[in-house]
Amino acid sequence: MEDRDIQVKEKKEVDAQGELTREGPFFVPNVDIFEDDDNIVLIADMPGVGKDNIDIRIEDGHLRILGKVSKEAPGDYVLSEYSIGDYHSNFVLSTIIDQTGVQASMKNGVLRIVLPKSDKSKPRKIAIKSN
Amino acid sequence: MFPKRFIDFPDWNVGNPFLDFERMRREMNRLSEGFRSGLPSFSNAGVFPLTNVSEDINNYYVRAELPGMNTEDIEISATDSSLSISGQRIIPREGDNVRYHRREREAGKFSRMISLPGSVDTDKVEASFMDGILTIVLPKSEAMKPKQIEVK
Repeated sequence: MEDRDIQVKEKKEVDAQGELTREGPFFVPNVDIFEDDDNIVLIADMPGVGKDNIDIRIEDGHLRILGKVSKEAPGDYVLSEYSIGDYHSNFVLSTIIDQTGVQASMKNGVLRIVLPKSDKSKPRKIAIKSN
Repeated sequence: MFPKRFIDFPDWNVGNPFLDFERMRREMNRLSEGFRSGLPSFSNAGVFPLTNVSEDINNYYVRAELPGMNTEDIEISATDSSLSISGQRIIPREGDNVRYHRREREAGKFSRMISLPGSVDTDKVEASFMDGILTIVLPKSEAMKPKQIEVK
C-alpha cells in the first residue's frame, strides 16, 4: 500500500456552528480512528495548525476540535489549488471514555488524541465453562 | 454502542439554508474570478500535492500542505523555470492489535512538477517546513524583476 501514489483529495468544507464562526471557510480534517484494548486513538491531518492554535474540548459527551490557521499569504496569487481555512470537527463520545486521561499531541500539522477507555468498557475475555 | 456512534457522527450541520447559500455564492465567485483572470484557480492539476503559488516583486512562493511528513522525506529540485516536489508519505503502522473505525489519511509516493511563470535564481531557492506546510521561496532572476526608470 505504501508504494502507490497519493491521490489528490479536495478538502471537505463544512459549516461551523454559530458560536465558532470566524470568517472564511471551515474544513473537516481527514482522520484515522482506531482502537486497541486500552485506548481509542484519533489522528487528524490539520496542516497549518500549530500546537498553540488548537482547541480541544470535551463537553456534553462531544469531542470538539477547532484548529486555527493563519490565512496570510505572501504576495499575490498566481495559482490557487487549495483554499485555506480553519479546521473543525466534532465527534460524539460516550461514557466509556475516561475523560480525565485524554492526551493530545501535535506534530508537523498532525493531531493525535489518545482517549483511554474506562475500565468497564475494556473487552473481557469470557471463559466458557464446561459442566 | 459507542463505536458505531463514533463512526456515524461527524457534525455535518444539516439544514441551514443560509450557510449553504453563502457557500454557493463563494463558489460562484471563485469560478467567475478564475475566468476573468484566466487563472485555473477553481481547478487543480490533479497531482498531489496541491499547491498555491504567489508572487511579489522579488520572489515566487510555492506552498503545499504535507501534514505529518518529515523534511528528509521531501525532495525538491528547481530549474530555471520549473520546480519539482517529490517524496513519500509514510504512515507508521499502529500495532497489530488495532481495529480501524475510519481511515482517511493516505500514505504513498508523490511527484509533482510545477512550471513557474518566470525564470528564477536557482542558487538562492529556499524551502522551509512548518506545521505540515511546505513553503518554497524562489527569488526571481534579475532579468525578471521590474526596473524602475527614473525620469531626468
